[in-house]
Formats: sequence, C-alpha cells, structure tokens
Amino acid sequence: MRDTVNWVTACHLDDIEQEGAIRFDHAGRTYAIYRAPDDSVYCTAGLCTHEAIHLADGLVMDYEVECPKHSGAFDYRTGEALRLPACANLKTYAVEVVQGEVRVAL
Amino acid sequence: MNMIIIGAGECGTRAAFALREAGFSGAVTLIGAEHGLPYERPPLSKPDGDGVQRKTICDQAALEGAGIAYMPGTTIAAIDPALRIVRLADRELPYDKLLIATGAQPRRLTCPGAEHALDFRSHADAARVFAGATGPVAIIGAGLIGMELAAVLRARGLPVTVIELGPAPLGRAVPPRFAARLHQRHETEGVRFHFGQAIAGIDAAGVTLADGTHIPATLTVSAIGVVPDLGLASLAGLAVGNGILINARLQTSDPHIFAAGDCAAIAGQRYETWRNARDQAQIAALNMLGQAQDFAALPWFWSDQYDLGLQVVGTPQDAPILRSHPDGTEIEFHLQGDRLIAAAGLGRGNAVARDIKLAEMLIAGGQSVDAASLADPSVGLKSLLKARKAA
Ligand SMILES: Cc1cc2nc3c(=O)[nH]c(=O)nc-3n(C[C@H](O)[C@H](O)[C@H](O)COP(=O)(O)OP(=O)(O)OC[C@H]3O[C@@H](n4cnc5c(N)ncnc54)[C@H](O)[C@@H]3O)c2cc1C
Ligand code: FES
Repeated sequence: MRDTVNWVTACHLDDIEQEGAIRFDHAGRTYAIYRAPDDSVYCTAGLCTHEAIHLADGLVMDYEVECPKHSGAFDYRTGEALRLPACANLKTYAVEVVQGEVRVAL
Repeated sequence: MNMIIIGAGECGTRAAFALREAGFSGAVTLIGAEHGLPYERPPLSKPDGDGVQRKTICDQAALEGAGIAYMPGTTIAAIDPALRIVRLADRELPYDKLLIATGAQPRRLTCPGAEHALDFRSHADAARVFAGATGPVAIIGAGLIGMELAAVLRARGLPVTVIELGPAPLGRAVPPRFAARLHQRHETEGVRFHFGQAIAGIDAAGVTLADGTHIPATLTVSAIGVVPDLGLASLAGLAVGNGILINARLQTSDPHIFAAGDCAAIAGQRYETWRNARDQAQIAALNMLGQAQDFAALPWFWSDQYDLGLQVVGTPQDAPILRSHPDGTEIEFHLQGDRLIAAAGLGRGNAVARDIKLAEMLIAGGQSVDAASLADPSVGLKSLLKARKAA
C-alpha cells in the first residue's frame, strides 16, 4: 500500500532566516524546516538522532545543521549524519514553496 | 600490531572506534572496570524520565562490527612498559601502543561519617542515589554535578540542601554572572544553601556543619570533585602530576603509552569534560598510529539545570562583554586585546548554542573582532564571521 502524501502548509518563506531553520510542530510531531543560502527549502525530522534535541536551535552553515547539544551534524538536504556523536540519519520530507508559502509533504 | 585501551568510558571507547575509522586493521582491545556496555555520564545527572538512565555510547553490534575486543568488568592492576604488556589477574596482554583512559574518581570526604555520603560518578552510583532519594537530600559540593543533581531532585519535589565550603556555587569553571543566575534560580525553586561551611560529621539522620547546624537528610550525596587515580601510571614509572603528564601528542613519558580524557594533564592542565574526552581520544588514536597530530581543541562544556542551558567555550577571564537577547539569553565574550578567547552563555534550553558555536569559530579564526558588535544582539555573529572570511 502506498502512503498517502499529505501536503501541509508550514510557514512563510520569510519566517525562516536565510541559512537558518525553524521548528515546525504538526499532529503531535516535530520537524525542522531549513532555508539554504540559495533560498531553497528543506525539511527533516525535528529531533537529533543522538538525543531528542530540537535541531532548529542549532547552527545552519551552508547545507549543514549542527546539533545544539553535542555538535553532531547533518546534511539537511539528505538527512545524512555527518559528524559524531550523531550516527543515525534523519528522515527528510519533500518541500515545495508556492508564492512564498512553504508546504511540506508529511 | 596490538592496540590496547585501558578504561572504557567516553574517551577509551571513542579512541577504539577512532582507530578503526582511521583504517587500522590490527587488534584493538578495550578494557573497562565497569560492567555492561560503555555509557555516557552526562545523562546520569540529567535524567529524561524517572530514575536513572543508561545511555550507551555504542551497542554490542557496533563493537563487534568494528572488531573491537571489549572486556568489561576487568580492572588492570599493572602495566610493564619494559615488556610492553598489561597484566590481568590470570594472564598478560602484549601491546604495541597503549592508551590509558581511566578517567577520574570522586574525591572522598574525610569528615567523621563520610561513609554515609554516596558518590555520584558511575551508573551504579546514580542508581543508588535515585533509588534512595525519597526524602530530604543533602548535597555536599556546589559544583556542576552537585547543582545539576539538586535541580533534578528538586524538580521531583524533594527538599534539597546544598552545602559548599566556598563562598558561592560553581566557583571554578562558570563565569560569576552565570553562577549567580543559576544560584538565584535554585533559590527560587526552593533549594537551600549553606556556604563557607565545613562538615563536622555525617550520619544516617543528616549532616552537621562546623557551626553546629544540623541538616536533616535521609540521603547525603558527596559531589566535591574528582581526582584521577594515578596509581597504575606511577607504578609503571610514568611521569605524573595533577594527572598523567602528556605532551601535545598526548604521549606520556613512555613513547609507547598515551593518556587522554579526565586522567590526563596536558601542559599541566587537566580537563573534565565530555567533549575533551572525545577530542583527545580522536587525536590519541591518530598518534597511536604514528600520525603526529598535535592536540589543539578548545575547551567546551555544557550544563543543564532546570530549563536553563549553559555553555562555555575557551577559558573565561575577567571583564567580559555582555550581549543580552530580548528573551533573557545572555552571552559573555572574553577578549584578549581585540581577539576573542572565550565565550559563555546562559539561556533557556539550547538558546545559547548557536552563538557559542559561532563564538568558537571566531576564536579559532583568531582575527580581531569589534567589541561593539559583540555587545549588540541585533548584529548576527554569523555576519562577523562572514565579514572576516571575506576580508
Ligand atoms: C554525573 C556526571 C555528569 C556530567 N555532565 C557533564 C556535562 O554536562 N558536560 C560535560 O562536558 N561533561 C560532563 N561530565 C564529565 C564527563 O562525563 C567526563 O569528562 C567524561 O566522562 C570523561 O571521560 P573519560 O573516558 O576520560 O573518563 P570516565 O568516563 O571516567 O571513564 C573512565 C573509565 O575507566 C575505568 N577504569 C579506571 N581505572 C581502570 C583500570 N585500572 N582498569 C580498567 N578500567 C579502569 C573506569 O571504571 C571508567 O569506566 C559529567 C560527569 C558526570 C559524572
Ligand atoms: S543530541 Fe544531537 S548530537 Fe547529541
């Protein structure tokens, strides 16, 4: 069976700083939405895979987000864990920006 | 080639994996006195739910996958550097390179009844403390661990009293402004403090202070700092001081033996932080493989008390520049001339993390920074970093 994709409006592009991230909570789950230096937008699971720490509080540099707790790092485009102590990858979600509105496929 | 690591804490375990990550294919043996899988200590004083949590550093599959021979519950009593062997109770293991990562042990009180006070260092200690914490608790020592534990027990509704010999809490590593804010928060939460007081004695009913004050407690915890056990190293003839003495390559006075983490003193300085244990492990592993890497990481640590998060990078000095964010988050910048050398921050949750990380990058970059910009919360630190990179 195929999962039905549910497009959810998360925020406005202007709500996210360039090269920054915000936390987005929806239906009891938490996500992080990133605006890259080139203004492209990405979404990952909101919590670090090392401990349950909100990644949106972390530093975004280029295409990398660093966990605010122990400096684990992820490529937020692919969810790939780049630096220990984080070793499990993050789940990622498709994003589209329509007239400045950020929608996430959850 | 045989690599042996003594001590399976944060440092020893990281070093074992780092040897593999660097491509080493010989034998790696990780020997630890504690039972079970290697675990992280910081969560012991910051438990998520009720009771103690054991957050393992790695699972059995990861150890096996990396081909690390792990020997838990095994204490090494002697090293013979001339023969290059470590001695176990029933046999000897030869090494080509040895890493000592034996950490540190709680300093013991010497007052009458000291045996009534529980330590707080290992998972077993924490399990004992949380199981026994059902009534009023006395915590001796207002350092990071004592204060974190006070916050956790207070949040569970227990009456908590903290007793400290010095005049204020968090004397050593935390800048005074943030130590005072944390102290204030504990007072607001109802923790009682006694400063400048030696302990006259401890018994099952509580703690008696030098001035005769009696603090009733059904549980007393001793958190007066840690000291490395240097017995193994001195017996082996290694140079020791306030820790096992190591050079910039993390080598002891014997070139085949390295030391790292809480037990090691580099340039006379011993660090007792999680990240240092990991950073030194990484460099020690590379140097065991002959890569000649100097250790140069900046000291960094965090502490969580109630919903407040503290982070400190570098070694704070006097007279910092203060950046106050509208949400109450504060960052202190410590300059030497016009160079940033340290920063510290206190705020809710992980509010300080971004600024402290950027400060760390500014410190590492070593260029001059403008004090007025540091003080102005509307100037993003990232812009200072980028301006510098562009310049
Ligand atoms: C409760 C608590 C909270 C903490 N919170 C923070 C925090 O918030 N932030 C932070 O930065 N740091 C924190 N720390 C400090 C951090 O955990 C330590 O700096 C770190 O664990 C040091 O790692 P290590 O491997 O050098 O030593 P350890 O973790 O002490 O490990 C050494 C291991 O070696 C074993 N060993 C000793 N002698 C022998 C022997 N002869 N043979 C075999 N094995 C031996 C010991 O049993 C131990 O398991 C905290 C520490 C504690 C106790
Ligand atoms: S919680 Fe993210 S690295 Fe530890």
